[in-house]
Parts: sequence; structure tokens; C-alpha cells
Amino acid sequence: MTADPETSVRTDPVDAEPDGLSTQPRPVRSWHGGPLAFARNSWRRLTSMRTALVLLFLLALASVPGSLLPQRPLNPTKVDQYITAHPGWSKILDAAGFFDVFAAPWFAATYLLLFISLIGCVVPRLRAHATAMLSSPPAVPRRLERLPSADSFSAAGAPADVAGGAVERLRGWKTVTRTEDGGVVTVAAEKGYLRETGNLIFHAALVVLLVGVAFGKLWGYQGTVLLTEGQPGICNAVPLYDSFRPGKLVNGSGLAPFCIDSLDKFSVDYDPDGTPAQFRADITYSLGQDGPERKDVLEVNHPLRAEGVRLYLVGHGFAPRFTVTKPDGTGVKDLSAPFLPQNPTTLLSEGAVKLLDTVKPQLALYGTFAPFAALGPDGKLTSLSPQPGNPAVAIQIYRGDLGVDGGAPQSVYSIDQRQVAIGALKQVATAQLLPGKSVTLDDGTKITFDGYSQWATLQVNHDPGQTLVLWAAGSVVLGLLLSLAVRRRRLFLRITPAPSPNSETVDNSAPVDDGARPDSEARSVVAVGGLARTDAGNFGMEFARVVERLRDPSPVRKD
Amino acid sequence: MPVNAGLATLSDHMFTWSIILYSLALVAYCGEYAFGRRGKVASTSPEQVLVTAAAAAPGHGAPAVKSVSAPRKPPRVRAPQAERFGRIAVGATALGLAVQLTSLSLRGLATHRVPWGNMYEFSSVVGAAAVIAFLVVLIRLPQVRYLGMFLLFPVVVLLFLAGTVLYAPAAPLVPALRSYWIAIHVTTISIGTGIFMVSFVATVLYLVRRRWEVLVEAGRTPTRFPVTLGARLPTTDVLDRMAYRTVAFGFPVYTFGIIAGAIWAEAAWGRYWGWDPKETWAFITWVVYAAYLHARATAGWRGTAAARVNMVAFATMVFNFFVINMVVSGLHSYAGLS
Repeated sequence: MTADPETSVRTDPVDAEPDGLSTQPRPVRSWHGGPLAFARNSWRRLTSMRTALVLLFLLALASVPGSLLPQRPLNPTKVDQYITAHPGWSKILDAAGFFDVFAAPWFAATYLLLFISLIGCVVPRLRAHATAMLSSPPAVPRRLERLPSADSFSAAGAPADVAGGAVERLRGWKTVTRTEDGGVVTVAAEKGYLRETGNLIFHAALVVLLVGVAFGKLWGYQGTVLLTEGQPGICNAVPLYDSFRPGKLVNGSGLAPFCIDSLDKFSVDYDPDGTPAQFRADITYSLGQDGPERKDVLEVNHPLRAEGVRLYLVGHGFAPRFTVTKPDGTGVKDLSAPFLPQNPTTLLSEGAVKLLDTVKPQLALYGTFAPFAALGPDGKLTSLSPQPGNPAVAIQIYRGDLGVDGGAPQSVYSIDQRQVAIGALKQVATAQLLPGKSVTLDDGTKITFDGYSQWATLQVNHDPGQTLVLWAAGSVVLGLLLSLAVRRRRLFLRITPAPSPNSETVDNSAPVDDGARPDSEARSVVAVGGLARTDAGNFGMEFARVVERLRDPSPVRKD
Repeated sequence: MPVNAGLATLSDHMFTWSIILYSLALVAYCGEYAFGRRGKVASTSPEQVLVTAAAAAPGHGAPAVKSVSAPRKPPRVRAPQAERFGRIAVGATALGLAVQLTSLSLRGLATHRVPWGNMYEFSSVVGAAAVIAFLVVLIRLPQVRYLGMFLLFPVVVLLFLAGTVLYAPAAPLVPALRSYWIAIHVTTISIGTGIFMVSFVATVLYLVRRRWEVLVEAGRTPTRFPVTLGARLPTTDVLDRMAYRTVAFGFPVYTFGIIAGAIWAEAAWGRYWGWDPKETWAFITWVVYAAYLHARATAGWRGTAAARVNMVAFATMVFNFFVINMVVSGLHSYAGLS
């Protein structure tokens, strides 16, 4: 490692090369020397600082499409719309992974190369840093006055004594005292090793952070379920969720033993102007199927954390309730289905209540629910506010075959219009109802709008890597602070015996201390030089303070 | 709790006054710059510049100490008017800052929340952070005082945009923002942004000065506009150090801000990182600033190239603030614009 900046600074401290972040020698552009040399050169090139820089830029550039194009994990509907709108080149973009940039192979290649480069750069530095911490500060350069900060003064005592006093005063510095010809004593001191320590912590923490992220992606999962007030809940098992997104290595068994027994109550606090202030979901849950029931309140920004899973409140809406009474007086009470908000501000919602087995032929109530009803200019039901101050429904009632027996999946929020088209399902009535009001069909069946329940979407998340990621992120900041705030600096003293104790012309530039002279009357001339190896900062001021302390003839306080 | 309309109006008035005071300071800085001709040019005549530039050329760390102290040796002849203008400028800046901080506090009091919940308020905090960062730089490097005009110009533009295009009336926060994390995440991000803004200004001036030095060294007289400013700018070394130190301070702050955002996102959205457009651009900004810090320590990238990287980094930050907030939709849609 001939071009090691560490070594070059050692031999010539004036050459204040900022510490090159790479300790690697410059690669030699040559095929000579066989495949081994080629591999070594490739490795050096990959771990060089320039390559790391290029990879950093590539990583930034590769992220850009991920924010400007719609992304599948964030919004699959938007991706489909985009592909429909741009049929030509969106095919190419799709094939190249541009609609899921952060899972694309080329994105992974960029950051993996960057991390390999980082490791290849940091490991040799770790070794170099350990060596630097264990070895002594370098030899004192010949001409101290040429250092960026330099001073000299005269002190009482023989050089060896003065050096001893100086070393005592340089607490916190790593010092080494050496002797030169002619009774000259030198002291070399160094400080600020924490800079490189912080630097290494920072880079190592980034690697740990990536490991933590990968861990979470492989073994984490996310399940979403919609629960209506008063209806039974679910346990943490894959088939029970409305949607489940497992990590690559999640096999679906052995999920955390966790049950949401019920959504007891969903409520919203409103500001005076009618905008929502806080959403609350009162739930009952238990750890394991036989565990005792516990109560908790989920709010925005306040998930429930238990058994390594986190439970979030992610959405809410209304589920209108109906009673269907047949002409013979029998009926079905508390029929309800969640309606999906169509307008996020007023919560005008749409959905369908389907009666598949309880009545023959099948019935479906399809329409809209308004928490705060009003009639629009077109006579249609609209909502003025998300606050359920004046709930109402506008429903179309269909009778016939809903088509669920065919096995084809259909939305629970609407009816299958193909059944309507082929005449299997007929619209028999429409009605706008306030709570308690009912509509009677031609066959005497009465449908009553009873009111509403509320539903909440709850999300169960598990990310086994996130604690590690948090610790790594904390270390990233700590490492950064150390590496950017601490400065590596060196101080050199050359203590020469003064030619004659009574001579006034030792060194005109050096003021003579008239402090307590020891009996021996031996005096020394102390030349001091110093430099900050990285980012000089206010080293000049620190240097002045240190020199002041060194000149102080009073004994060092021991405390 | 209802918004206190009286305090909100007062806050808006104070905001306008802070822009007026900053504009006055801007004029005064221009005055210092204009009247400082004799003093400034005498202390940095081309010959001397070349001496200091040559001294600064070989490395970054150590010679910096020398070249900073070099211009101090001949007692600087500063025109008295320049000195007067400079003091007025700093005074007006400080007063403007005080008024602006009052405006922010009043908005907080009026709405019973931290006053950085939308783009208008966030811009105001960023502007205040940039001014504070500049005043702190002045304590360390008093010789760059007259550069205040270059900093206050973007600050005034930003605040003007905030008060016109981005303005949002005082209102409570949406439920998702009602968390103590807003005080941690948004504060650190806005402080980081303000500091980066100071660094950006220093970097632009660095490039101007650099160009000027190259021309003068080649024996030519700079005639084109931005380059001619170089004659009265501090040496490239001072500007480079100013740019670096501000990034070195702002980067950990910004990093912490992103991490605080991730912790908040974990509590609010169910995941600490989800490549929301805002998060993606924060990541891009972070990576480019990291590249700047590395570039500054890499042979062949030091100087002009590193300065350009710093400019790109700030550009990504500006893009994230304006374009992502106003054009691209995502989870961070709290601009308060409709």
C-alpha cells in the first residue's frame, strides 16, 4: 500500500492531504499479470472512492422514476390506468420493472454494488485505524515553523523535564517522547481518533441497516381486515384476512398468536368546523385463542403493539343496516354490509347488501349511503358532511339470481351487472329512505332502513427487522456526528536546551518567561507546531489555547 | 379548539413586516457591498488573491488557516459607509428574524399547534433557519458579512412565495399530523433545509469566484456579469469551507430528521419506509449530499466538481419541496393548497 495517504502524511505532515476515504491504491490499467492481477485490479477499482461516488449518483438517479411513475406496491390501480393511457412504451417500462423500481433487479444491483464497494473500502480502513490507534504518533518534522500553526517560547528546566511537564499538560492527547542528538527532546502528540471511529461506525451501521431492511422484507408480513362494529373478529391467520402480503420467506404458518376479537366501537371527534380531529377504534383482542380478552383503543398515530405485531387503524366507513320482512311476517333482521366511501371528505358511500340464502329468489340492495344526507340538483342523494347527523340511503332493489353460484368471484360492494344484462336479475324498486322508513315490494316484502353501524379497516403488520433498523439508524447518526465534528490533529514539540542560562539572545522571537526559575537555572527553547489533518476548522484557536497551557509554569493540577 | 382569528391576523402582519425588514437588510447589504469597494478591493487585489489562491491550492485542510489569516495582516481599510451599511444590514436582519419568529409563534398560539403544518409555515421556518444559520456563520467568519445580500435574496424570494402562492390560512392539523413527532421530524428537516440553503449560496459564490480566479490567473479581465462579482467575493478557500462546514452541520441534522420521519411513519402508516414520493426524494437528497461529502475528499472531484454536486443536492431538495408537494400526490400531501 504505497499510495496510502496514511503513510504519506506520516512522512510529511505538512502535506495535509485530507484523509482520502479510500485506502486503496490506484488501479493499474493493465491486463498483464494474469487473471489474478485482473481480479485484484477490478476489486480495487470497485472499492475505489470514484466508483463509490458514481454508484451513489446512479442510486439517486435510479430512484427518480420510482417517484415519478406510478408504483405497483403503492397504487396498482394507477399503474393499470397509466398502462392503459400509454399502451406503447409502458409495456417496455413494465418489462424493465419501472412500475416497481425499488424491487427491480437493476436497482438492487446498484445498491448491492455500492454496499460491496463500501465494505471493500471500510475493511482495510478498519485495519488501518486499528494500527493507527495502537502505534505512536509520527516523528517530529524538522522544521516546525512551516506547519500551519507554529509558535515557540522559552521555558525553565532541562528539555527532558520540560517534555515531561508538557506531556502531563497534554491530557487527552496520545503522546510519544523521543530524544534527538544534542540533548534535544521531542514530543509528538495526536488527538481525534474518534473521527475515523465515527466514520467506520457510520459505514458499518449502513450495512447493518440494509441487513435489517432485508430481514423485514423476507420475514415480515402485512394483513388487512375490515371489521364492522359488533361483528365477530379474526385471528392472525392468512386465510382470515381480506388481503395478505407476505414476505418472500413467510410460509403462512406460525404467525404470532394474536386475535382481534371484535371492533367494539368506532368513533370520530370533530372540530367545530366539521373536519375530523381524531379517529378511535375501541377493540377487544387476545393473545392466542385461549388468552384472556384485553381492551385497547387504536387511534391514528397510536397503533397497538403486542407479540411482535402491530395493529393499525387504517380506514373507516359506514355499514347501513336493514330489516327484510316477508309477507308472512318472518324476516331477517340486522342485515348490513360495509359501504365503501366514494368521497373521502363527505363519506358518501356505495355498496351492496346481498341476501343469498334467506330469501328465495335472492335479493340485493345496491346503492349509496349518506351520513349527512341532502338531495343534489339532479335529485340524487349526496352527503354534506362525514358526521352522521342525517343518515339516509338511496337503494335499488334487485330480485333474481345474483350469480354467486357460478364460482366466479364478485365484488361485495356491487352487484354483477352481467346478471342484470341477461335478465337473471331484475330491478324491482328504488327508494330513498331515512332511518325507520321502509319500502314494500310488489310481492309484499318490506324492506326497512334501520340505521347504520360503522366499520374500520385494521392492518396487522409484522416486521422482524425494524428494531435492528432503528438501532442501525441511531448508529448512523452517532457515527456521522463523530466523523463530522471531531477533527484529527497533531501537535509537535521540539525542546532544545538553551545555550546559556543568562544569555538574552536565545531567540528574539521567543518571549522569556520570568516565572519561577528552578535552582538549576537550566532553560529550554520550546518550538511548537501543529496541524489539523482534516478540515482545519478553528484549530488555530485550539492551538493557541494548548500553547498557552504548555507555557503555564505552575504545576499541573491533579484531579 | 377554535382558531384564534385575531392572533392569526397579527401573525400574518408580522410575516409581511419580516419580509419588509429582510428587504431593507438586503438593500443595506448591497450598500455595504457597493461602498466597500475601496476596502474590499484593496484587501483582495488580484495579486494578493493569486498569492492566497496559490497558498490554498495544494490542499484543503491545513493551508486554510494560513490563507484566512493572510488578508488580515494588512489592517483592512474599510470605508466607513460600508461599515455603517453592514451594521444596519445585520441589525435589520436580526430584527426581521425576531419579527418572523414572533409571526411563527403567534400562528402557533392561534392554532394551538406547532406552526409548521403546511407549505407556507414550513417555508417560513426554512427561511428563519437559513437566516439563523447565516448569523451563526457570521460569528465564525465575520469577513463574509456582506455576503448577506446573496443569502437574503433567496430568503426574501422564498418568503414572498410563501406569503403569496403557498399561503394557507391558519387552521388545525389533519388527524394524521396530530403527533408530537411533527415537532421533531418537521423541525429537524426544516432546520436542515435552511442550513443547506446557506451552503448552496456559498457554493454558487464559490463557483463564481473560482471562474473569476481562473480568468485573472490567465491574465484576462472578467467582463461577463456573474463572474465580475468574483472580484469582491472572499477567496474560493473561504467559500469552500463555508459550504462544507454548513453541510457538515446540516447533514447529520437532516439525517436525524429523516430517521425521525421514519419512526413517525412506523406509528402513523404502519411502516418505517414505503418509498412514498416524498420519502424517495428525501432519500435522493440524502444520497447526493453524501456524495458531496465524499466528493470533497476524493482526488479529481475536489473543488468545482464537488461544488456542482452540492448544487445538485440542493436542487433535489427544492424539487422535493415544490414539485413533489404540489404536483405529485402521495402520503405527504399536507401542502394546505387546494
